[in-house]
Amino acid sequence: MMQDASTPTQHPQSLPTRYDARQKVMGKATYAAEFNPPETLYAWMIQSTIPKGTILSVDTSAAEHASGVVKVLTCFNAPKLPKPKIQPPATRFVSLLQTPEVHYNGEPIGLVIAKTLAEAQYASSLVTFKYQAEKPQLDFEHHLAEARMPKRANTPPKEDHGEKEEAWKRAVTVFEQTYSTPFQTHNPLEPHATVAFWVGEKLTVYNSTQYVSGDKQTLAKTFALPLENVHVICPYVGGGFGCKGSSWSHVPLAAMAAKVVGKPVKLVLDRQQMFGPVGYRPRTVQKIKLGVDGDGKFVAIKHDVIMSTARVEDFVEPSAKQTDMLYACKNISTSHKMVDMDIGVGTFQRAPGEASGTPALESALDELAYKLKMDPLELRLRNYAEIDPGKQKRFTAKHLREAYQQAAERFGWSKLNPEPGSMRDGNKLIGWGMATATYPANRSAAGAVLRLMPDGKIMVGSGTQDIGTGTYTVMAQTVVEELGVDVSRVDAKLGDTDLPKAPVSGGSQSTASVGPAVKAACAQLKLKLATLVVDDAASPHHGAQTGDLEIKDGFLVSTKSSAHEPIAEIAKRHGEIEVKGEAEPNEDVKKGMSAHSWGAVFAEVEVDESSGMVKVRRVVATYDIGRLINKTTGTNQLQGGIVWGIGFALHEESALDKVYGRISNENLAEYHVPVNRDVPEIDVTVLDIPDTKFTPQGGRGIGEIGITGVAGAIANAVFHATGKRIRHFPITPDKVLMTPKESAEA
Amino acid sequence: MNPFAYERVMDDKAAVHAIAANKDAKFLGGGTNLIDLMKDNVEHPSTLIDITRVQGLAEVSNGGAMIGALVRNSDLANHADVRKNYPLLSMALLSGASPQLRNLATTGGNLMQRTRCYYFMDTAFPACNKRKPGSGCAALTGFNRIHAILGQSEECIATNPSDMNVALAALQAEVHVEGPKGKRTIPIAEFHRLPGKTPQIDTTLKHEELITHVALPSSASEFATHSYYLKVRDRQSYAFALVSVAAGLMMEGDTIKRAALAMGGVAHKPWRKKEAEDAMVGKQANAQTFSAAAEILLHGAKGYEHNSFKIEMAKNSVVRAFSLALVGRTA
Ligand SMILES: Cc1cc2nc3c(=O)[nH]c(=O)nc-3n(C[C@H](O)[C@H](O)[C@H](O)COP(=O)(O)OP(=O)(O)OC[C@H]3O[C@@H](n4cnc5c(N)ncnc54)[C@H](O)[C@@H]3O)c2cc1C
Ligand code: SF4
Repeated sequence: MMQDASTPTQHPQSLPTRYDARQKVMGKATYAAEFNPPETLYAWMIQSTIPKGTILSVDTSAAEHASGVVKVLTCFNAPKLPKPKIQPPATRFVSLLQTPEVHYNGEPIGLVIAKTLAEAQYASSLVTFKYQAEKPQLDFEHHLAEARMPKRANTPPKEDHGEKEEAWKRAVTVFEQTYSTPFQTHNPLEPHATVAFWVGEKLTVYNSTQYVSGDKQTLAKTFALPLENVHVICPYVGGGFGCKGSSWSHVPLAAMAAKVVGKPVKLVLDRQQMFGPVGYRPRTVQKIKLGVDGDGKFVAIKHDVIMSTARVEDFVEPSAKQTDMLYACKNISTSHKMVDMDIGVGTFQRAPGEASGTPALESALDELAYKLKMDPLELRLRNYAEIDPGKQKRFTAKHLREAYQQAAERFGWSKLNPEPGSMRDGNKLIGWGMATATYPANRSAAGAVLRLMPDGKIMVGSGTQDIGTGTYTVMAQTVVEELGVDVSRVDAKLGDTDLPKAPVSGGSQSTASVGPAVKAACAQLKLKLATLVVDDAASPHHGAQTGDLEIKDGFLVSTKSSAHEPIAEIAKRHGEIEVKGEAEPNEDVKKGMSAHSWGAVFAEVEVDESSGMVKVRRVVATYDIGRLINKTTGTNQLQGGIVWGIGFALHEESALDKVYGRISNENLAEYHVPVNRDVPEIDVTVLDIPDTKFTPQGGRGIGEIGITGVAGAIANAVFHATGKRIRHFPITPDKVLMTPKESAEA
Repeated sequence: MNPFAYERVMDDKAAVHAIAANKDAKFLGGGTNLIDLMKDNVEHPSTLIDITRVQGLAEVSNGGAMIGALVRNSDLANHADVRKNYPLLSMALLSGASPQLRNLATTGGNLMQRTRCYYFMDTAFPACNKRKPGSGCAALTGFNRIHAILGQSEECIATNPSDMNVALAALQAEVHVEGPKGKRTIPIAEFHRLPGKTPQIDTTLKHEELITHVALPSSASEFATHSYYLKVRDRQSYAFALVSVAAGLMMEGDTIKRAALAMGGVAHKPWRKKEAEDAMVGKQANAQTFSAAAEILLHGAKGYEHNSFKIEMAKNSVVRAFSLALVGRTA
């Protein structure tokens, strides 16, 4: 049954600890690479060392004779697949040893399968390829003029609202600047890992993934199998951040290897292999133009993005997306164009679009505020969007004004002296900055199953994933809330394509999609139990009306009498009781309300003028994310997002070598993310106002919004501290040192 | 990683004997650098000679002036005598790597750690004279943000990444080594080399020699009251230096009696110039004096596409480091 009860639930008692905490702390959470079916062999991926060309020949003889080696696969001997290229949904441009062409440096071009990992790795180093190299295109900046429109259909269209050019003439002040963001690599702690084995024509795959159903489809298509022949399992994920939302080459390659050798094969990527063949956030250059009238109200906004793309597949980082809806303005135009490069394919990375777009837009607003001699917060309030200005639709809910106010108060923003360089602490310049955070609220159809066991246990399952965000917790908690049973009786299961289908764990939609499905299943359970007991002479409800029965505190109770019975008793008499529930987005949203989450971020930094080093001293943020479904996991997501935002602002950059097309700093010693000392006190508050137009539980996703706004707030704080505008992220010491101060007039 | 043999030696003689017998063997200290490079196929020793149990090399003695080659970086940094007499060394060590790494890293291994040049560490880059003599230098046209601005050659622009070495250079340590023909002492200034035409050779240590100790001159303890190790890096901790400065002052009233100055992150070896130190002697300890020393030290510096900023950063950092050294211990 499709259902979406729009009755608001009362505020729940959220589970105080993560459902899966114990398993994780005990080391009992089994991740993909930890599955060891009997006789598992190890595969190692060989990657190209040129960015573009053709493999002429390969010498595998030394490798084949090396100790422990079972098989070496290259494009010259790999099994030919029924379809050379696979289309989305889940799969991207993948390299499955079907052609000798090399499309980027680091592309998978071979596989060594051996008895141990060490043997496979060593033998890989003995394989030599001869290439016919071609001239690659690797210099983004020098080809900006050749940027073209995206080819792929999933891309945001060029948005143009209002009267366009005419509007600019009405602007009293026009501000224009260019910002840029670097390539960034996801780097979840757990690398990609796949274990595959076949029993006849049936394929089982343990995979670290954000989308078990997507992998299933990809594998079925790749090997021309009926869908039901593929079983994908993923009980735990050690972080994904978007790079595990697609099935990259290694997933089918592991299955191919297992088929060839007739044994289970384990293929785990190492850290270096995480840089290139499994996606990254594209580089962007963003031109922003803002026009305001005499009151500081926008008359026109233009945000034009040029990004890098792999020549073999377009992926759009929609950095201008939020600009279409964030501030009230009648004339907004945004565009996304791309520069072809001979590099691996980019992909969704935590808050794709907003993460890279808000630093630019929010810096621009700050610059404009200074130009207007207006408080940056005031500029945002003056341009507060009551409705979505791009879509011209109402929001399901928006309490951003309250968020600004609460965060500003907690931060002490009213004490701001806007003069750059006006605050000092010893050798350090102190600066304050603020920005708006935003991320769309997404939701997809999802299913869940409930099984009430004769021993009183309740299994709740959904084919979703828990990428560390708390899906287990939300599922268990929903059962606790709906049925009133103790959490110790709940057995939550996910990450398995044998369970009812759920969407990709991306776009911050898992809680908003799976929570309602579990809630629907709980309603089904009530219905099923009621139907059973009214005809059951052994039940106190015998002869009652099904409509008069409900589940409360683990009992089936009557609303008309004092009759009640533990639900476990019913299962004892009738045997295991199974029900399913499904939920899909509200009609309101489908009909076209605009659903987004909101936040206000304030940051304080200290800058050492002598070295250019920046340290974030505190971050204060308040979010409107609908109902906070679970405090522990929710606050953790927001704080983690803010830490990511600090990394975006100050640290993260994959440095592409312009000659060879490899990421040069491809390890965690050189690819910097914040360490403990970079992370200050983070004060996160949540308004916690349910958005029941969006989901019956009132929650919107929170996995990504935490990143947005942060880098902008930090960049603005750096300006306030130093008088220097760093428009090219990350804000590293060299840039702070070498960037001249803005002239006073600007 | 290549297959390799492993052997363990229990005394210095056996260590020297074992390494002299096999030109493809390497000593294994904490392994935090060597094992990484083996995993990445950069180093391919046929045998690892584990020296971590060699007798008598894990002690700090003589008031902190005599340091065994097997003393772990954490132990050295936190040794009471070292903290008291050579706080500069302690600060430099503590600014490096992470607690876990410092718990493993040895004094000998730290002296010998190899460059972090990306092109050296990733064998998929074909051009690296240090890794493959004659193959070229990919860093020259590549992402050379962390590279050298002083003492480099057209063959190699790599830097020595160590923090400890910079402090040792400023304090004018000596490296005690033992080979088949006996023992010898190498001044720290001569221990690390400039790349020249043979960037594959990092140090003047011979293959068959074992580092046994690092000795600090007792006069260096006179810098104890006024020393500072300043490390400029991309994040607050756990990052190699963009530039670093080891600064020490011996004061007589307001006047500088002696100065110690070396820089890290700028060259293939810790960068020290006696002239820069001498120029400060007899001068007032102020920004002008420090800045003049910086100019001398940085004389002839040359940047590349991504690292020119280091010149200004280095100069600023010399001034800042001395200012903090002047404030003294409590800074
Ligand atoms: C992620 C990361 C971050 C780091 N950050 C920093 C940093 O910020 N600052 C910093 O200074 N360092 C840093 N390091 C480097 C670290 O300090 C070195 O790896 C460490 O000091 C090496 O010591 P080891 O004992 O582990 O050497 P090993 O790896 O065991 O050996 C290194 C080399 O020294 C040789 N060797 C060892 N002992 C002797 C001896 N007695 N005689 C002759 N040869 C010998 C070995 O044969 C080998 O060639 C970092 C390392 C990592 C992995
Ligand atoms: S700088 Fe030195 S180590 Fe780096 S690539 Fe050039 S030769 Fe190799």
